[in-house]
Amino acid sequence: MKYDAEIKISLKKGMLNPEAATIQRALALLDYNIENAATVDLIKFSIDGSDQEQVKKEVDEMCQRLLCNPVIHDYSIKISPKEE
Amino acid sequence: MKVGIIRFPGSNCDRDVFHALELAGAEPDFIWWSKRDLSDFEAIVIPGGFSYGDYLRAGAIAAITPVIEGIKDCVNEGKPVLGICNGAQILAEVGLVPGVFTENENAKFICEWTELKVENINTPFTSMYKKNEIIKMPIAHAEGRYYTENIKELRDNDQIVLSFESENPNGSIEAITGVCDKEGLVCAVMPHPERASETVLGSDDGLKFFKGIVKY
Repeated sequence: MKYDAEIKISLKKGMLNPEAATIQRALALLDYNIENAATVDLIKFSIDGSDQEQVKKEVDEMCQRLLCNPVIHDYSIKISPKEE
Repeated sequence: MKVGIIRFPGSNCDRDVFHALELAGAEPDFIWWSKRDLSDFEAIVIPGGFSYGDYLRAGAIAAITPVIEGIKDCVNEGKPVLGICNGAQILAEVGLVPGVFTENENAKFICEWTELKVENINTPFTSMYKKNEIIKMPIAHAEGRYYTENIKELRDNDQIVLSFESENPNGSIEAITGVCDKEGLVCAVMPHPERASETVLGSDDGLKFFKGIVKY
Protein backbone atom coordinates (compact mmCIF):
# COMPACT_ATOMS: atom_id res chain seq x y z
CA MET A 1 0.00 0.00 0.00
CA LYS A 2 1.15 3.53 -0.73
CA TYR A 3 1.39 6.25 1.89
CA ASP A 4 2.10 9.97 1.87
CA ALA A 5 4.77 11.04 4.30
CA GLU A 6 5.24 14.56 5.57
CA ILE A 7 8.16 15.52 7.80
CA LYS A 8 8.26 18.87 9.51
CA ILE A 9 11.73 19.86 10.72
CA SER A 10 12.11 22.79 13.09
CA LEU A 11 14.89 24.21 15.20
CA LYS A 12 14.82 23.21 18.85
CA LYS A 13 13.27 25.72 21.22
CA GLY A 14 15.70 28.47 22.08
CA MET A 15 17.91 27.92 19.01
CA LEU A 16 18.72 31.08 17.11
CA ASN A 17 16.93 31.22 13.73
CA PRO A 18 18.67 33.89 11.62
CA GLU A 19 16.39 33.32 8.63
CA ALA A 20 13.23 33.87 10.67
CA ALA A 21 14.74 36.92 12.36
CA THR A 22 15.53 38.40 8.93
CA ILE A 23 11.97 37.71 7.71
CA GLN A 24 10.57 39.39 10.81
CA ARG A 25 12.72 42.47 10.23
CA ALA A 26 11.70 42.55 6.55
CA LEU A 27 8.01 42.39 7.44
CA ALA A 28 8.58 45.28 9.85
CA LEU A 29 9.86 47.30 6.88
CA LEU A 30 6.39 46.82 5.36
CA ASP A 31 4.86 47.92 8.68
CA TYR A 32 3.75 44.44 9.70
CA ASN A 33 4.76 44.10 13.29
CA ILE A 34 4.87 40.42 14.13
CA GLU A 35 6.52 38.38 16.85
CA ASN A 36 8.06 34.94 17.26
CA ALA A 37 8.77 34.32 13.56
CA ALA A 38 9.96 30.79 12.88
CA THR A 39 10.72 28.77 9.77
CA VAL A 40 10.33 25.03 9.29
CA ASP A 41 11.50 22.67 6.58
CA LEU A 42 8.83 20.43 5.10
CA ILE A 43 9.87 17.27 3.29
CA LYS A 44 7.21 15.26 1.44
CA PHE A 45 7.29 11.99 -0.42
CA SER A 46 5.25 8.85 -1.05
CA ILE A 47 6.37 5.47 0.14
CA ASP A 48 5.29 1.82 -0.04
CA GLY A 49 4.66 -0.07 3.15
CA SER A 50 2.64 -2.82 4.78
CA ASP A 51 0.99 -0.60 7.40
CA GLN A 52 1.09 2.93 8.76
CA GLU A 53 3.09 2.07 11.90
CA GLN A 54 5.84 0.33 9.92
CA VAL A 55 6.08 3.27 7.49
CA LYS A 56 6.31 5.73 10.36
CA LYS A 57 9.13 3.72 11.91
CA GLU A 58 11.03 3.72 8.64
CA VAL A 59 10.56 7.48 8.16
CA ASP A 60 11.68 8.08 11.74
CA GLU A 61 14.87 6.18 10.92
CA MET A 62 15.38 8.44 7.86
CA CYS A 63 15.09 11.48 10.12
CA GLN A 64 17.70 10.19 12.51
CA ARG A 65 20.13 9.01 9.84
CA LEU A 66 19.96 11.91 7.39
CA LEU A 67 17.08 14.35 7.37
CA CYS A 68 17.60 15.95 10.79
CA ASN A 69 20.54 16.87 12.97
CA PRO A 70 19.66 15.83 16.51
CA VAL A 71 21.89 18.56 17.97
CA ILE A 72 19.65 21.37 16.72
CA HIS A 73 16.43 19.91 15.29
CA ASP A 74 13.03 18.68 16.43
CA TYR A 75 10.83 16.89 13.91
CA SER A 76 7.34 15.55 13.51
CA ILE A 77 6.10 12.94 11.05
CA LYS A 78 2.69 12.62 9.45
CA ILE A 79 1.81 9.45 7.54
CA SER A 80 -1.47 9.11 5.67
CA PRO A 81 -2.84 6.73 3.02
CA LYS A 82 -1.88 8.07 -0.40
CA GLU A 83 -4.49 10.19 -2.08
CA GLU A 84 -4.83 9.25 -5.73
CA MET B 1 53.79 11.22 3.40
CA LYS B 2 50.73 10.31 1.33
CA VAL B 3 47.82 12.58 2.19
CA GLY B 4 44.40 12.02 0.62
CA ILE B 5 42.20 14.97 -0.31
CA ILE B 6 38.53 13.99 -0.47
CA ARG B 7 36.51 15.32 -3.40
CA PHE B 8 32.72 15.54 -3.50
CA PRO B 9 30.60 17.12 -6.21
CA GLY B 10 30.83 20.78 -5.16
CA SER B 11 34.20 20.65 -3.39
CA ASN B 12 36.16 23.72 -4.48
CA CYS B 13 39.16 24.16 -2.19
CA ASP B 14 40.64 20.80 -3.17
CA ARG B 15 43.38 22.17 -5.45
CA ASP B 16 44.33 24.87 -2.95
CA VAL B 17 44.76 22.21 -0.28
CA PHE B 18 46.81 20.12 -2.76
CA HIS B 19 49.16 23.10 -3.28
CA ALA B 20 49.46 23.81 0.45
CA LEU B 21 50.22 20.15 1.20
CA GLU B 22 52.94 20.15 -1.48
CA LEU B 23 54.42 23.30 0.06
CA ALA B 24 54.48 21.49 3.39
CA GLY B 25 56.39 18.57 1.84
CA ALA B 26 53.53 16.06 1.69
CA GLU B 27 52.60 13.86 -1.25
CA PRO B 28 48.92 14.71 -1.84
CA ASP B 29 46.45 12.85 -4.01
CA PHE B 30 42.75 13.32 -4.73
CA ILE B 31 40.14 10.80 -3.60
CA TRP B 32 36.64 10.63 -5.13
CA TRP B 33 33.71 10.28 -2.70
CA SER B 34 32.82 6.76 -3.88
CA LYS B 35 36.14 5.24 -2.76
CA ARG B 36 35.70 3.08 0.30
CA ASP B 37 39.26 1.83 0.88
CA LEU B 38 41.67 4.56 2.04
CA SER B 39 44.39 2.24 3.34
CA ASP B 40 46.94 3.76 0.91
CA PHE B 41 46.89 7.07 2.78
CA GLU B 42 48.56 8.16 6.00
CA ALA B 43 46.40 11.22 6.58
CA ILE B 44 43.19 12.72 5.17
CA VAL B 45 42.04 16.27 4.47
CA ILE B 46 38.41 17.10 3.64
CA PRO B 47 38.57 20.46 1.84
CA GLY B 48 36.03 23.25 1.70
CA GLY B 49 33.38 24.00 -0.87
CA PHE B 50 29.69 23.30 -1.20
CA SER B 51 29.36 19.53 -1.37
CA TYR B 52 26.00 18.51 -2.85
CA GLY B 53 25.03 22.16 -3.08
CA ASP B 54 24.70 22.39 0.72
CA TYR B 55 21.29 20.74 0.21
CA LEU B 56 19.45 19.69 3.38
CA ARG B 57 22.24 21.09 5.62
CA ALA B 58 25.85 21.89 4.79
CA GLY B 59 27.72 18.58 4.85
CA ALA B 60 24.69 16.38 5.53
CA ILE B 61 24.73 14.47 2.25
CA ALA B 62 28.51 14.10 2.04
CA ALA B 63 28.31 12.62 5.55
CA ILE B 64 26.60 9.45 4.30
CA THR B 65 28.89 8.66 1.33
CA PRO B 66 31.14 5.55 1.13
CA VAL B 67 34.36 7.54 1.58
CA ILE B 68 33.19 8.49 5.09
CA GLU B 69 33.29 4.82 6.07
CA GLY B 70 36.89 4.78 4.83
CA ILE B 71 37.62 7.87 6.92
CA LYS B 72 36.18 6.17 10.00
CA ASP B 73 38.62 3.31 9.38
CA CYS B 74 41.47 5.86 9.18
CA VAL B 75 40.37 7.34 12.52
CA ASN B 76 40.33 3.88 14.11
CA GLU B 77 43.85 3.31 12.78
CA GLY B 78 45.05 6.56 14.38
CA LYS B 79 45.57 8.50 11.15
CA PRO B 80 45.03 12.27 11.36
CA VAL B 81 41.92 13.69 9.65
CA LEU B 82 41.46 17.41 9.04
CA GLY B 83 38.22 19.00 7.84
CA ILE B 84 38.33 22.58 6.58
CA CYS B 85 35.17 24.70 6.23
CA ASN B 86 32.71 22.40 4.41
CA GLY B 87 35.02 19.59 5.53
CA ALA B 88 34.49 20.71 9.12
CA GLN B 89 30.72 20.77 8.61
CA ILE B 90 30.90 17.23 7.21
CA LEU B 91 32.93 15.92 10.17
CA ALA B 92 30.38 17.47 12.57
CA GLU B 93 27.48 15.92 10.61
CA VAL B 94 29.19 12.51 10.75
CA GLY B 95 29.67 12.97 14.49
CA LEU B 96 33.45 12.52 14.39
CA VAL B 97 33.70 15.87 16.18
CA PRO B 98 31.07 17.15 18.63
CA GLY B 99 28.51 19.88 17.93
CA VAL B 100 27.37 21.47 14.70
CA PHE B 101 28.30 24.36 12.39
CA THR B 102 25.07 26.10 11.48
CA GLU B 103 23.75 29.31 9.94
CA ASN B 104 25.71 32.48 10.81
CA GLU B 105 24.08 34.75 13.37
CA ASN B 106 23.69 37.56 10.82
CA ALA B 107 22.35 35.18 8.12
CA LYS B 108 25.09 36.33 5.72
CA PHE B 109 27.97 34.69 3.89
CA ILE B 110 31.06 36.09 5.61
CA CYS B 111 34.36 36.20 3.71
CA GLU B 112 37.12 37.98 5.63
CA TRP B 113 40.45 37.63 7.39
CA THR B 114 40.16 36.76 11.06
CA GLU B 115 42.44 36.73 14.06
CA LEU B 116 42.43 33.36 15.77
CA LYS B 117 43.77 31.92 18.96
CA VAL B 118 45.33 28.44 18.87
CA GLU B 119 43.82 26.95 22.02
CA ASN B 120 45.02 23.37 21.74
CA ILE B 121 48.47 22.43 20.44
CA ASN B 122 48.10 18.72 21.18
CA THR B 123 46.79 17.85 17.71
CA PRO B 124 48.97 16.94 14.72
CA PHE B 125 47.66 20.05 12.93
CA THR B 126 48.48 22.54 15.67
CA SER B 127 51.60 20.96 17.15
CA MET B 128 53.87 23.54 15.49
CA TYR B 129 52.11 26.54 17.05
CA LYS B 130 52.63 27.96 20.53
CA LYS B 131 49.79 27.60 23.02
CA ASN B 132 47.46 30.62 22.71
CA GLU B 133 49.39 31.91 19.68
CA ILE B 134 47.41 34.47 17.68
CA ILE B 135 47.34 33.69 13.95
CA LYS B 136 45.66 35.16 10.89
CA MET B 137 43.53 33.04 8.51
CA PRO B 138 40.47 33.82 6.37
CA ILE B 139 36.96 32.48 6.81
CA ALA B 140 34.43 32.11 3.98
CA HIS B 141 31.14 30.58 5.02
CA ALA B 142 27.42 31.08 5.59
CA GLU B 143 27.04 28.15 7.98
CA GLY B 144 29.91 28.42 10.42
CA ARG B 145 28.30 29.32 13.72
CA TYR B 146 29.50 26.64 16.09
CA TYR B 147 26.98 25.28 18.56
CA THR B 148 27.11 22.52 21.11
CA GLU B 149 25.01 21.56 24.10
CA ASN B 150 28.09 20.25 25.89
CA ILE B 151 30.42 23.21 26.14
CA LYS B 152 31.76 22.16 29.54
CA GLU B 153 32.70 18.69 28.31
CA LEU B 154 34.42 20.29 25.33
CA ARG B 155 36.51 22.50 27.63
CA ASP B 156 37.24 19.71 30.11
CA ASN B 157 38.49 17.43 27.33
CA ASP B 158 40.57 20.16 25.68
CA GLN B 159 38.63 19.77 22.41
CA ILE B 160 38.63 23.45 21.47
CA VAL B 161 41.33 23.98 18.86
CA LEU B 162 40.70 27.47 17.46
CA SER B 163 38.66 30.43 18.61
CA PHE B 164 38.07 33.88 17.15
CA GLU B 165 40.26 36.39 18.95
CA SER B 166 39.26 40.01 18.37
CA GLU B 167 35.67 39.54 17.20
CA ASN B 168 33.16 36.72 16.82
CA PRO B 169 31.92 37.27 13.25
CA ASN B 170 29.43 34.37 13.00
CA GLY B 171 28.09 34.22 16.56
CA SER B 172 29.73 30.92 17.51
CA ILE B 173 29.30 29.76 21.09
CA GLU B 174 32.30 31.06 23.07
CA ALA B 175 33.74 32.21 19.70
CA ILE B 176 34.80 28.62 18.94
CA THR B 177 35.72 27.94 15.31
CA GLY B 178 37.80 24.77 15.49
CA VAL B 179 37.19 21.59 17.50
CA CYS B 180 38.66 18.10 17.66
CA ASP B 181 37.72 14.64 18.91
CA LYS B 182 38.87 13.47 22.34
CA GLU B 183 42.12 12.07 20.92
CA GLY B 184 42.90 15.23 18.94
CA LEU B 185 43.36 13.26 15.70
CA VAL B 186 40.16 14.44 14.00
CA CYS B 187 40.06 18.18 13.69
CA ALA B 188 37.36 20.44 12.17
CA VAL B 189 38.16 24.10 11.51
CA MET B 190 36.05 26.73 9.76
CA PRO B 191 38.97 29.06 8.83
CA HIS B 192 41.02 28.17 5.75
CA PRO B 193 44.67 27.35 6.55
CA GLU B 194 45.32 26.64 2.84
CA ARG B 195 44.33 30.21 1.97
CA ALA B 196 46.95 31.41 4.42
CA SER B 197 49.82 29.18 3.35
CA GLU B 198 52.05 31.67 1.47
CA THR B 199 52.96 35.26 2.33
CA VAL B 200 51.80 36.32 -1.16
CA LEU B 201 48.28 35.38 -0.05
CA GLY B 202 48.48 37.77 2.88
CA SER B 203 49.67 35.31 5.52
CA ASP B 204 51.45 31.98 5.80
CA ASP B 205 50.17 31.34 9.31
CA GLY B 206 48.12 28.37 8.10
CA LEU B 207 50.99 26.41 6.53
CA LYS B 208 51.90 24.88 9.91
CA PHE B 209 48.59 22.99 9.84
CA PHE B 210 49.93 20.99 6.88
CA LYS B 211 53.54 20.87 8.10
CA GLY B 212 52.17 19.46 11.33
CA ILE B 213 50.53 16.60 9.42
CA VAL B 214 53.83 15.77 7.70
CA LYS B 215 55.73 15.96 10.98
CA TYR B 216 53.23 13.68 12.72
